[in-house]
Amino acid sequence: MSEPNATGSPERRGLLKKLAAVVIGGIVSLVAPVAGLFVFFDPLRKRHRKGGDFIRVISLDTLPADGTPRRFTLVADRIDAWNKYTNVFIGAVFLRRTSEAEIEAFNVSCPHLGCTIDHRGEDFFCPCHDSSFALDGSISGPKSSSPRDMDALQVEVREGVVWVKFQNFRTGTEQPIPIS
Amino acid sequence: MKERFLTWLDHRTGYRRIVDEALFKNIPGGAKWRYVWGSTLTFCFVTQVITGIFLWMGYSPSAQTAWESVYYIQHEMAGGWFLRGIHHYTAQIFPVLLVMHLLQVVIYGAYKAPKELNFWLGILLAILIVTLARTGYLLPWDQEAYWGTRVVTSIVAQAPLIGPEIERLAVGGTDFGHHTLTRFFALHAGLLPAIIGLLLAVHLKLCRRNARLESEASQKPGCAYWPDQAWRNAIAGMFVLGAVVLLVLYHHGAKLGAPADPSESFQAARPDWYFLFLFQTLKSLSGLWGAFVLPGCLVGMLVLMPLTGRLKKGHVFNVGFLFVALTAMAVLTYLALDKDWHDEAHKLAVNKAQANSERVKILAESPKGIPVTGAVTLLREDPLTQGPRLFAKHCASCHRYDGHNGMMGKPIEKAATASDLKGFANRSWLKGLFDPEQVSTLKYFGGTKFRNGKMAKWVKKNVPKFDDSEKEMLSNITVALSAEAQLKRQRDIDARHAAVIAEGQGYVAEIGCTDCHQYREPDEDATAPDLTGYGSREWLIGIISNPEHDRFYGSKNDRMPAYGRDEKLTPKKIKLLSDWLREDWYEKGDELKPEPKPAKVDPEPEVVEPEPKPAEPSEPEPKPAEPSEPEPEPAEPSEPDPEPEPSEPDPEPEPTEPDPVPSEAEPGDGPDPERKDPPKLTVDFVTQIKPVFESRCVRCHNAEKKKGKYLMGTKLVACKTGESELPPIVPGKPDESNLVKLISLDEDHDDIMPSKGGPLTKEQIQAIRTWIAEGAHWPEGLVLKAVKKK
Repeated sequence: MSEPNATGSPERRGLLKKLAAVVIGGIVSLVAPVAGLFVFFDPLRKRHRKGGDFIRVISLDTLPADGTPRRFTLVADRIDAWNKYTNVFIGAVFLRRTSEAEIEAFNVSCPHLGCTIDHRGEDFFCPCHDSSFALDGSISGPKSSSPRDMDALQVEVREGVVWVKFQNFRTGTEQPIPIS
Repeated sequence: MKERFLTWLDHRTGYRRIVDEALFKNIPGGAKWRYVWGSTLTFCFVTQVITGIFLWMGYSPSAQTAWESVYYIQHEMAGGWFLRGIHHYTAQIFPVLLVMHLLQVVIYGAYKAPKELNFWLGILLAILIVTLARTGYLLPWDQEAYWGTRVVTSIVAQAPLIGPEIERLAVGGTDFGHHTLTRFFALHAGLLPAIIGLLLAVHLKLCRRNARLESEASQKPGCAYWPDQAWRNAIAGMFVLGAVVLLVLYHHGAKLGAPADPSESFQAARPDWYFLFLFQTLKSLSGLWGAFVLPGCLVGMLVLMPLTGRLKKGHVFNVGFLFVALTAMAVLTYLALDKDWHDEAHKLAVNKAQANSERVKILAESPKGIPVTGAVTLLREDPLTQGPRLFAKHCASCHRYDGHNGMMGKPIEKAATASDLKGFANRSWLKGLFDPEQVSTLKYFGGTKFRNGKMAKWVKKNVPKFDDSEKEMLSNITVALSAEAQLKRQRDIDARHAAVIAEGQGYVAEIGCTDCHQYREPDEDATAPDLTGYGSREWLIGIISNPEHDRFYGSKNDRMPAYGRDEKLTPKKIKLLSDWLREDWYEKGDELKPEPKPAKVDPEPEVVEPEPKPAEPSEPEPKPAEPSEPEPEPAEPSEPDPEPEPSEPDPEPEPTEPDPVPSEAEPGDGPDPERKDPPKLTVDFVTQIKPVFESRCVRCHNAEKKKGKYLMGTKLVACKTGESELPPIVPGKPDESNLVKLISLDEDHDDIMPSKGGPLTKEQIQAIRTWIAEGAHWPEGLVLKAVKKK
């Protein structure tokens, strides 16, 4: 029976040293980047509510009966990181009266790349990349760069007042995908 | 001593070998001018690092401080504009140098083995440098940066598979805000420069290694980097820096637009010049194809060059491809620029952006300075900035401002239906109002019926007949009325003309203005807008808020919306609009009125009780009364001007004698069987007609006021014709009675009576009609007196 070597063979000692260097060194050097990345990915974990609530816009009778769209800015409370802002701009909509009590609402953000759409007489137009839309929000003309119609929003008329469920959508997709 | 120290240093650092390799190893083929491009890029990078570190010392990344700190660097810190200018224009020149470097590398085949790895490293560096530029673009947080970067992050979100996640990580959430800036800043000033610096060191090391190997293999004589190549690089660096400095001096630093405002869309948004080709392709292609597939193919072709270069004619193909790609990019850039050069709307948007940029600087330099809420507040509360927007949106469907909609665009061709408010209430404007040649033009009454209304008629009838003294009187009245407005631009001249103003104030009543208008003294019978404080801030706020107020048009208001009463505009916006119309905004050099500070009464710190927080509803409560901005209602011509009802002095004394007209129903001593009973009257004068006349008519048609030269104190005078020369009351014949005609007119008719306080009710009109039809019985001796309407 041979006497056990207290310090082990040189190969074994070398392996242990390598293992210790890799494992301990790895753990030690991983803590900082993992901690950093954990915080870095925070925006993916948080789910900020953005829109989705009905917002009071304007009384119905102020909208022209001839279907001319009107632009309205919407305000609500907004949280930006460490600040909470009350009653600030969160978006804008076009409202268009299609009949006595029926209203169409469109988000002013262009579905192409998110620029702001303008109303110019007989149609809607985005001055960034020349998207154009008919007054009913549908893509007009083959040159329109938008992949889909303007984003329609849910509207309710409550006691003569127009309320809009405001929502932003992802750009560049053929179907509107709400941004939560 | 020096040699001993250097030897000591070399033993501890080995620096001599490093210096020898960097400076004294041979360059294959000797020093050349075409080798300078790489060193200019290194020079630029180092310049950016140095200037960036000093900018960092003054920069504060948050939504409320980013623009503000850049403004401070640019305009307040000594030499800040130059430092920022160097940083900005070096970034602008980077792409040019990158392309030149790439051309040199590709044309001379420097991508071929064994240099392919370094070539790929160079491409990676180019991509990182472009990313560096894009992240820096946002940091000033001005309108262009904000809206331009929003488009870029939208493009990123369209990347396949994880696009939305990358966007969210870059933005720091779903919306632009503080964390967008902190993240972009960390990338721009920390992570990206560190990576680029590291890769650049490797790139240069590999470059020197390749040069050494090439030199060793080459039979051609070479020369050392130092000093032959070094002086060429220095000259090239000098030219690059010279170009940058010239740009900085020419533009006086980098521009800084108006602070980012998410509520204010920015139609002038365009990417930096080197991205215009992509911008142009995005007009035709989706974000995926225009921003990923096409540029991806371009980069892919570059990456493949070391491989395609091995093929027969591969090098020629590579060079040809590069030139075709660069030409296409140049053409697309030209197309994008050409469209903007010919796009009037874009030019207008650019001018507006420039104006806002200059304006916010003036406001920031004011004694008030930049508030803690950020510089965006300055523009939001500035009448000069907000007034035109509000006017265009809410007023220009009827009114004009110097012919256009307030936004300094093309004059609106459609005829105005209300007055042109440029210079409202100033001397020149009022002088035109009193000018018979101008009073009926579109400038004053638009296309309304008031164009030929009482005011216009009075001016056209009376003013041409004025003698010299009356003309002077009118001139003084003009000055006096204009002084009521207390216009900022007339402050000095009004002070100098105090005597004329005082004289003019005395003439206001004398010439007859107070026949219709209230002035200085309370006048319940006034039928036209109050002239006290006419055009002043308080007056304008009042009329915009509620033109139907008795002080203004009352029930005669002709479709002018009550923006305040009906909550169509917030009080703040009405004030902004009023200030703008009065041209009352901060200008450089103005002294600001100190805001009253509340007296401190309690030395103890104020303890604010927290408001009880309501239980959170399971479903979010919709927010009531959002101050959303309604567009103007179409076709809302407002009555633009006061209409003094012309009234000449009536020489007739007030008749106070009893009415001699005998009553038809003469009282007898006793019943007379032969006598026919008088017809039974259905309307009683005393209980039904007299209260109406006294409360609605006699207040104006009395001996003191004699409106329309018509009096109603007694039956005798009530039946006499007035200014119209038509019989007012013809007993038994209501249809021939002018009084019946006037009280029966449409509510918005210019001549309707009563002219103030709303029309009579149908019942009242019918009672008067019946009263006249029944003979207009008026008890003998009964004198009517004006009483207040209850």
